[in-house]
Amino acid sequence: MAAKTLYDKLWDAHLVRQQEDGSCLIYIDRHLLHEVTSPQAFEGLRIAGRQPWRLDTNLATPDHNVPTTTQERSVGVNGIADPVSKIQVVTLGENCDHFGITEFKMQDKRQGIVHVVGPEQGATLPGMTVVCGDSHTATHGALGALAHGIGTSEVEHVLATQCLIQKKSKNMLVKVTGELGKGVTAKDVVLAIIGEIGTAGGTGYAIEFAGQVFADMSMEGRMTVCNMAIEAGARVGMVAVDQTTIDYVKGRPYAPQGEQWEMAVEAWQDLHSDADAEFDHVVVMDGKDIAPQVTWGTSPEMVLPVSALVPNPAKEKDEVKANGIDRALQYMGLQAEQAITDIQLDRVFIGSCTNSRIEDLRAAAAIVAGRSVAPSLKQALVVPGSGLVKQQAEAEGLDKVFVAAGMEWREPGCSMCLAMNADKLGTGEHCASTSNRNFEGRQGFGGRTHLVSPAMAAAAAIAGRFVDVREFS
Amino acid sequence: MQAFKQLTGVVAPLDRVNVDTDMIIPKQFLKSIKRSGFGPNLFDELRYLDEGQPDADNSQRPLNPDFILNQEPYTEASILLARENFGCGSSREHAPWALLDFGIRCVIAPSFADIFYNNCFKNGILPIALLDDQVNALFNEAFAKPGFNLTIDLHAGLIKGSQEGDIAFNIDTFRRHCLLNGLDDIGLTLEQSDFIKRYEAKRKEQAPWLFAK
Repeated sequence: MAAKTLYDKLWDAHLVRQQEDGSCLIYIDRHLLHEVTSPQAFEGLRIAGRQPWRLDTNLATPDHNVPTTTQERSVGVNGIADPVSKIQVVTLGENCDHFGITEFKMQDKRQGIVHVVGPEQGATLPGMTVVCGDSHTATHGALGALAHGIGTSEVEHVLATQCLIQKKSKNMLVKVTGELGKGVTAKDVVLAIIGEIGTAGGTGYAIEFAGQVFADMSMEGRMTVCNMAIEAGARVGMVAVDQTTIDYVKGRPYAPQGEQWEMAVEAWQDLHSDADAEFDHVVVMDGKDIAPQVTWGTSPEMVLPVSALVPNPAKEKDEVKANGIDRALQYMGLQAEQAITDIQLDRVFIGSCTNSRIEDLRAAAAIVAGRSVAPSLKQALVVPGSGLVKQQAEAEGLDKVFVAAGMEWREPGCSMCLAMNADKLGTGEHCASTSNRNFEGRQGFGGRTHLVSPAMAAAAAIAGRFVDVREFS
Repeated sequence: MQAFKQLTGVVAPLDRVNVDTDMIIPKQFLKSIKRSGFGPNLFDELRYLDEGQPDADNSQRPLNPDFILNQEPYTEASILLARENFGCGSSREHAPWALLDFGIRCVIAPSFADIFYNNCFKNGILPIALLDDQVNALFNEAFAKPGFNLTIDLHAGLIKGSQEGDIAFNIDTFRRHCLLNGLDDIGLTLEQSDFIKRYEAKRKEQAPWLFAK
């Protein structure tokens, strides 16, 4: 039998039917829903008089719009000050109740960012197909699942048929060998990869992340990496299943138990690329070459090591690229060849589906412990990814560390990653953010986002500007 | 879904790489629970000089005179000419909904982000990927002849009306068929219910834990 990649195996296991014209019907094992991309899909079902094909595969939680202040959250949905946000959260609740879909509502301890909740609950399992109306669904590939974002029409399609009409992607292998230096994290690795292959480098591909660096990485770290596959253009990012994966899944509420657990673990042993599998494209990097990264521009590929200088468009030969650099510098309010460490910050955001898991909060807390945020900073927000992450962090006393340093400890949600709730940047403000997109206006109208790791964001909060976390003392 | 057969319209050149879906429709407008009404907020941050709000009267807002879709005759454009990696970022289908609501039925670019590309077909919008040189030539033509028209013939797979002559394009068979006939994917998939049920029965034997709850 021909050697297969992990992606080939997952694809083949979910192929319901290949049509004569080459389009494929793919079965979906887990469908995650949130309030922003689902209302029009539910409306479509109602209009057509259709019912969900298989209720038990669906799991919903509101995350994008939910307020994160304890005061607003304490009174439930009625505490959402923005009436339009409130309608969306209420609508998700009504739709889930109407169709009988399990929803972790806003007051539920299990509520949180959908890409934190899925793996945390064991609702995402190795070998599954996982989809959600959100491009960061690639996150779940960290568990050896085939996971990708879909649009609202496809949300409706999955609800009604449990399937998607798909065309197979090409295979890309991103191999990072060796070991990471001290202070270099999963976020730095994925930002460096995006810097290397570009924001469209993965378009049309499913990326498998392999090599010693990922083998040594925690599940949280792998989720951070797969989460940002889409920022390199790839809908799918994944890591093969190993003992780290199995240890992570074991005992979670939705994970199989007893005899079925034994059966599942045995089946999961095959969830890796065969040794002689062929990839359409291979990228190899050395972990020791990766430094802490900071984005300086308005696309995730506009990223450099913290010690670098902001690029000079006059030195770029390609005219389209030079214009892009020039436009980004103008928007970001930066000078060509300015040191990244000279960028003064207004706000710091630690959170999002990229970096709001317990390991991220521990890394940030380790830096700020016993220190205070720079007086020049207007705000430093820490937003845990779920109610359970929050509970764990509080049990470890991390909340007290953040608050003592002058940071705000919030309730779980997407928050300032995309500023659909009240947490946002003002015009011209620079933010060190652990989120995933530095697009114009992403974190607020005219806001200037710099993507970094939790440790780098924490160090930046203390210094009021970017500093190399490896030299931070 | 509205079928797409042939379209003749004004071509608006948007000379910018990596246009992301946040740019096409900013987040504050995603709070709507409808599919329509996004047109006035298409490219909101580029189109207006102030910050848009979901409940604002857009006709009273200051327009950015430098933005292409604010200039005549591009306010009537139905074809958008764009640069590489158009539609990157978020999976929001509000992006094609906003384009459609404005009147854009076709986007031509050297490359598209996967999710956006897919979302277009679900909404009767035709995304056409051409070679870099072909797109460059169309940009040059659009700049030289402001307001020029193209005709898109999906059945023939041709873009007509350029000084360069007819330009052929490829769309995969299934998507082309659905678009030409305005077909609803869900109805087509439900016709294959027996195959789905057979798959489920087989899968349940192999991986019962996926059907445990």
